[in-house]
This record gives sequence, structure tokens and C-alpha cells, in this order.
Amino acid sequence: MKGLEELKDKIHEILPDLDLVIGWEQGYDGLHATPLFIKTPEDVDRLIIGPLCVHNLATYLPGLKDKKVGVIVKGCDSRAVIELLQEKLINKDNVVILGLTCDGVINLTKLGRKIGSLGAVDDVKVEGEKLNVVIGDQQHNIAFSEVKQDKCENCIYPNALVFDHFIGEPVDRVENVGAEHQSLSDFEGKSFDQRFAFWKHEMSRCIRCHACRNACPMCVCRDHCVAMTRNPHWLSQENNVAENWMFQMIHVMHLTGRCVECGECERACPMDIPLMLLRRQMNRGVREVFDYEAGIDAQNRPPLLTFKVEEDNISEREW
Amino acid sequence: MSQQKFLASQSIGSFLETLLREHRVLVPLCEGDSVVFRPFRKGGGLELTRMPTTSPKEATFPRVETLMSFTQKVSAPQEEDGGKERPEIELTEHLPQDSTVVFGSRPCGAKGKTIFSRVYDTEAVKDPYFIARRDNTLFISIACSAPETTCFCTSVGGGPADSTGSDILLIPVTDGFMAEAVTEAGAKLMESAFFDAGTQKAEEAQAVVERAETKLGQAQDFSNAREKLLKLFDNESFWEEMSAKCISCGTCTYLCPTCYCFNITDETAGNTGKRVRTWDNCMDYLFTLEASTHNPRSSKAKRLKNRVGHKFSYYPSLHEEHIACCGCGRCIKSCPAAVDIRQIVKSAQEYEDVNI
Repeated sequence: MKGLEELKDKIHEILPDLDLVIGWEQGYDGLHATPLFIKTPEDVDRLIIGPLCVHNLATYLPGLKDKKVGVIVKGCDSRAVIELLQEKLINKDNVVILGLTCDGVINLTKLGRKIGSLGAVDDVKVEGEKLNVVIGDQQHNIAFSEVKQDKCENCIYPNALVFDHFIGEPVDRVENVGAEHQSLSDFEGKSFDQRFAFWKHEMSRCIRCHACRNACPMCVCRDHCVAMTRNPHWLSQENNVAENWMFQMIHVMHLTGRCVECGECERACPMDIPLMLLRRQMNRGVREVFDYEAGIDAQNRPPLLTFKVEEDNISEREW
Repeated sequence: MSQQKFLASQSIGSFLETLLREHRVLVPLCEGDSVVFRPFRKGGGLELTRMPTTSPKEATFPRVETLMSFTQKVSAPQEEDGGKERPEIELTEHLPQDSTVVFGSRPCGAKGKTIFSRVYDTEAVKDPYFIARRDNTLFISIACSAPETTCFCTSVGGGPADSTGSDILLIPVTDGFMAEAVTEAGAKLMESAFFDAGTQKAEEAQAVVERAETKLGQAQDFSNAREKLLKLFDNESFWEEMSAKCISCGTCTYLCPTCYCFNITDETAGNTGKRVRTWDNCMDYLFTLEASTHNPRSSKAKRLKNRVGHKFSYYPSLHEEHIACCGCGRCIKSCPAAVDIRQIVKSAQEYEDVNI
């Protein structure tokens, strides 16, 4: 991500007409950025951009509908803004989009695998293709490509797709990357029993904290989630594999044709459950059936928000 | 303090196997990229270096427990009822019977239960389920030698070798641990031949603890947080600012060793069912949603205010100034938005200084 000074200048320029601008600032240690809600010109000084800026800030937009909000987005984040616009869940008149170009963000879980504990990191710097992690008097040099988030590995949208102000110069679209992440075909190479055993094991760890749901920009029901109702009683209060799996199925089904694969569910999960595998599988289905990718064109209508008598790829009459 | 004994690293597996004869043994294990407390199995691995992702709270206060189960039956027609059937409910109470040993918790995790013990075991109220578990659970904790950036135990009355809530405290030294019995039950466990009274590494142990204390740095002084937070109770803009980035999930609550709120529901299927108690989450909209549909904590700002206020203000005023937090930092470390409770309390403490 480039253009911090240009971004700050732009925010100073637009802030008088807005209630707030959402960006990132350094968090409690050298490894964590944290969302920053800019309300005054002084707040702008705290702004940072870079590979620690993992949060998809579009998640906050539906909760701020009555405010005039500026939001800073990476390419992937911008897809969530587009999807929210497509579904009329936010009002474009109230949102000013500051688009960035991005060369990837860090997956802290992957970094943890490389350096052991993340608990004592003093500083992280990206130097070209290297990530320099400082822990006390030790220095770890790690290839940035090895600790990027999965979504960055096959990212074809490094530039914000929708914006009112673009910061810096857009980079060329990355070529030679498949639309599907390798993990999906790897997983599908396994037998049904192996796959089911895998999910049962993963679901035994789920604490149903709903971080995956609340971090998701498309999970807009928030306080009125169907998973929480007592009537109908889709889920019991019990925390077990069957109930956890049911919750995750509800979540993924409700994202059909809406999920922009920003990966926030998986990033937010405190138990490191690889939830994106479910999303990728669902998105493959949507691509195959509807030739559709969510959050690309604000004028497009998501496939499950419309109706065609004859779907192109569903041969209903021949069943 | 009782005499220290040495427990060799290579003996831990065998020692835990002997415990399995009489107890359920919970240990931290790697699962995926997380570390969780799971039942120990013979020959099974242990993860004793990384701080567990979940807390050992589950040993004394499980995330789900069946309080009782019930079946509705219909009696045969009764003469005295004029030949009518009479509905009957068959109830079975499920009081915990297990004896559990938690091995490998950190001192902060073991301390957690002492916080809700003050609530669930009082003159006026006794929670038989919690008390049965607490009295049948032993904690063998490992003193912390590697505090993390999120740790603040010394700011809330704890420390890397705080033995509160533990039965045995182990301090890591070369090739093993120096063990100190904290309770009589702990001393009894230490009669096992795996604990060697001949090897003394007390000085090394002392140095490990001192290094950890140094690493934790200056403790944050929360002593006036109680009144400062209370003063900010009606300051909506302060709490809106503090909670702006919070996504109102339950990560902080469910990973917290000291959070003790629960929900009770009847989960039924046909004529049978059970009454279950589950952890509840004060960051959730439903936590205070009333039957009338009124919700006194309708916004995340109000909910975060309650969470912080409860831990650093309301609880201390009811319980001899004890803060309802053990400083483990899980709420900070695992928060998807990196909300820092230390910073929120500090902001409250400093608030009036600039806004008189």
C-alpha cells in the first residue's frame, strides 16, 4: 500500500463535510493495526497503511447508515462496498470511498507458524519482498509471500474497484492466477469421509463467539440473526459439533452469491477454523450455476436477489 | 511456602498417566493453530510453551452443562381422578461427580475461578454445580516465563508466579520444573515418586520468575478506575468512541477466564428434554433483551461499558476492591479488531484530567 501522505491530505480535505473517516492506526504492539475512527484533523496523524491493515472496514458501514462516512478500502474491501451498494444496504450518498492499491496483507496465523509465539513482537517492517520481524534483540527475515493472507495469493483485484478518490497509481492486474485458491482443490481431493471428519474436528473447536459473523461485511442481520432465535428454534444453546456445524452452514448459505471472499470470517476466528474453505466452495457453485462473482459491479443484481424463469445453467425441464 | 520438589520434563507424561486412574486430566493441546484444553490421553502430546488460546475456566464452569433432564409421562387412568390420566414429570438432577486435574494452565488462568467463586459461593447463594466442580478440581499451574505484549497480570493483583487458585505451582527450570505445593491437596499429589526432593534449583526458579516480572514492566495503576468508570456511566459519547471499532462478538467473553455469566434454557425433543446452562455473552444484543422487547443495552457502546465497568468498577465495589480480571490478555490478543481493555480503562482514568 502506498500513498500515506496523499491519503492524509485527501482526508484533511474531505473531513469537514463528513462525520468520520474509517482507517487504521497502530494497535497495542508492533504486529497489530486496529481500526481508526477519524473525527478531527489531529486524528489523521495516527493513520497508517500497510500489510498490517488487515481489517475490512466496510464491515462498519451498515452500522453507520445515518452518518456521512469516509472509508478507506483495499481492492478486496472495495468488493464488499460494492456488494453492500448492490443490496441497497448502504446509501452511496452518505459514503465517500478512498481507494487504495494493495500488495497483500499479513496472515498472523501463518506468521505465528514461522516464528512460534506472536506474543513478543516489537516491530514488523516490509522491506521489498522480505518481512523483518523484530523480537527483542532477535530479527527474523521472512519472505512476505509466505505469510500473506490466502486471499492475497490469488488476488486479481489489487486496486479498489469502486472509489471516489483513488490514492496512488493503480497497479497492473496480476496475471496467471486462478480464480480458485489451491486449498479448495486440495480439500476436494480427499474422500467424503475424510472431509466430514475434518469438519467435525474443526467444529469441535468452535466456541460460537460469532466473530466470523460480526466481522463479515455481508452479515448485516447482526442483532437479529436467525441463529439466535428461540422461535423458530434452529439452534440450541448447546455448544457441540452438530450445533456449531449447523451455525456455520446457516452462515455460509446466507452468503450465497454475496460473499466477496474478503476472508474476515477466518481472520476473526479466535480458534483459527479455516472457514474460507466453505466460502470458496460456495462461491465455486455460484460461479458454475450463475456465472456470477459478488461485489464486482454495483449495477449488477446478485443472483439470489432476482428471478429468471429459465436460468441459463439450470436445466430444470430435463430433470 | 512448603519445600520445593523437582518434576523432570520427561516424567510429566508418566505422572499424568498415574493421575488418570482417579481423575479426568485436562491439558493444553495444539489443535489446528490454536491451543485448547482437552482430556489427556496416554501417549498424547502437550503444549506447554504457548499460552493456551482458551482458558481453563471450562474445568470448573463448563461452556455447556446439563443441570437436569426431564421426561413427561402420562399415568394410567386414576380412579380417584374419575378415571382421568394424570401428567407426570420425571426429573433427574445431574450434579457433577467427576474429579478433575488441570495440568499446564498459567497462573492467570487458574486464578479465574477465584473471581466467580466470590459470586457463586456466598452466604446467601450457593451454586451446587459450580461448588461441586471447584471442590473436585485441582490446578497444577506453570509459572509464566514468557509474558506477551497483551499480558498485564501484575496490574490486576497477579503475577507470573501468583499461586492464587492453583494447588501446585510449577516454575520452569532446566530439564523440568520446580514444584511448590500451594494447598494440602496439591501437597498430597506431590507425594508421588515423580516429584524429587533431592534436586534443588530454587535459585534458577527465582531468576526465571524475576525475569518474567521484569519483562512485564511497570504495572498499570487501576486503583481509581472504579470511581472514574462510574463517573462516566452516563457519558454516551465516551463509550461510543471506546466501542467504535468493537464488532460486538463474543471472543473476549468466551476466552476470558473470569467471565461467569450464563444462560439457562430448556432444550426439548418430544416429551423429553434437558435444562442446560451455557456461557452467555454480555456483548450480545440478546443478553439484556427483555420479554417486552425493551433492551437496556441496545447498543454496543452500552454493552462494552458494562463489560469494562463490571470488571473494573462494579465488581470491585462489591468484592473488596478485587478487579474481576486476571490480566491474561486473551480479550486483547484474540479480538478481531484489537480492542484493548487496558487502554479503555486508562482513557477513563485520564478522562477528567483534560475535560474538567
